[in-house]
Amino acid sequence: MHNPRPGLPEFDYVKPATLGEASAFLAAHAGEARPFLGGTDAFVRLRDGAWRDRYVVDVKHLPGMRDIHFDPDKGLTIGAAVNMNQVIDHPDIQAHYPLLVEAARSVASYQLRSRATVVGNICNASPAGDTTGACMVLGGALHVYGAAADGGRGMRQVPLDGFFLGPGRTVLQPGDVVTAVHLPLPPAGCAGKYLKLGRNAVGDLAIVGVTALGYPDASAPSGYRFRLALASVAPVPFVPVQAEQILSEAPLSAAAIAQAAAAAMNAVAPINDARGSARYRSLMTRNLVQEAVTAVWERLGG
Amino acid sequence: MAWHTITFTINGETERVTVPSHMTLLQMLREELALTGTKNGCAAGECGACTVLLNGEPVNSCMVLAVECDGAELVSVEGLADDGRLDPVQQALIDVGGVQCGFCTPGVLISARALLDRNPHPTEQEIREALVGNLCRCTGYVRIVAGIKQAAREAAHVTH
Repeated sequence: MHNPRPGLPEFDYVKPATLGEASAFLAAHAGEARPFLGGTDAFVRLRDGAWRDRYVVDVKHLPGMRDIHFDPDKGLTIGAAVNMNQVIDHPDIQAHYPLLVEAARSVASYQLRSRATVVGNICNASPAGDTTGACMVLGGALHVYGAAADGGRGMRQVPLDGFFLGPGRTVLQPGDVVTAVHLPLPPAGCAGKYLKLGRNAVGDLAIVGVTALGYPDASAPSGYRFRLALASVAPVPFVPVQAEQILSEAPLSAAAIAQAAAAAMNAVAPINDARGSARYRSLMTRNLVQEAVTAVWERLGG
Repeated sequence: MAWHTITFTINGETERVTVPSHMTLLQMLREELALTGTKNGCAAGECGACTVLLNGEPVNSCMVLAVECDGAELVSVEGLADDGRLDPVQQALIDVGGVQCGFCTPGVLISARALLDRNPHPTEQEIREALVGNLCRCTGYVRIVAGIKQAAREAAHVTH
């Protein structure tokens, strides 16, 4: 529940000068320190006592953290401290990754988006993360600075596929600092859709969120491949693999889409909470997958 | 508990204060600088009553640490009027009756000013989108939206 007191519990704010220093500090204080970006989730958790960190380690000022880099051959790299509004307003992201823009625009409010980050949204590992799904269906990976296999420290790539272990839990280790998320170039001819059901038309967390990406692929029996990611219907951001298979195997039709939507509904494991019941979430998963895939299919020329 | 001495500008004035790590920007404004126009509502980044400009962009000041504002340029509702002359958005909200209890008003004014700075001629939809993070329990928003439209029209009239 929200605590209306304005104050936060005591902690020490740490601002390391380098990535190495940040990583070493976080490793030395495992379990009592965490990296901090926009704070839009962290401060809520600290305030309500769910997190009790002694140290909050600001990493937003470290080199490259505020950069957006688009390479027409290699794709997009978004620094960890880039906020949602900067993503929404960036011409290259608008031109090449409209699905990410659509997802980011659905996040909370303008004020929140001027602090909230895509990397924070991912690392927070909420099943409801709005931009997580877009990064997953686009084949995203995180750039992580931390302990390396040789015992030293260095950069490594961590794919989002397999990144999430449970609500708030990821494969990241103490001492890891995520510096950016990388998205490869989207598949040629693709179309995407993010559909979010909230209690209000805008501003709320997702009761159910459906991210769909489709693209032509001659090697698929249906002529298309689809990637789907579902928010708020499982302990982690969820990929309904069987639904994706149905959409690539059968010739695409309204009936095939309905069958895929039913498969997605049957695969999810939602909870009851203040935003909706498990049964409502399951049924809305079916409806929104059907709606999102249909919208993508129409834009693909189906 | 760590303390930090920070320097920033607030409403054009340079300030230097020493703050504990866990003090929010909202607390610093209200309790250290006695700028109580900025309100504490939900303390969770949802209601927008604490909205201020941080380097020109609206933020929920309950969700920003004071120490993060070292070197920053801050504007709170007290900084909107220029030498006693109200900002056009302030005047318009008074003119159209867009203020009732007034608790949300400082945050609404900051969001509206930021909107008009980045988009001088917003559509009604754009105005409503810019106010998603400013909850008002009195007005039903209609007169707030009308006030922002009026401020935009008057600004256009002055410029052209």
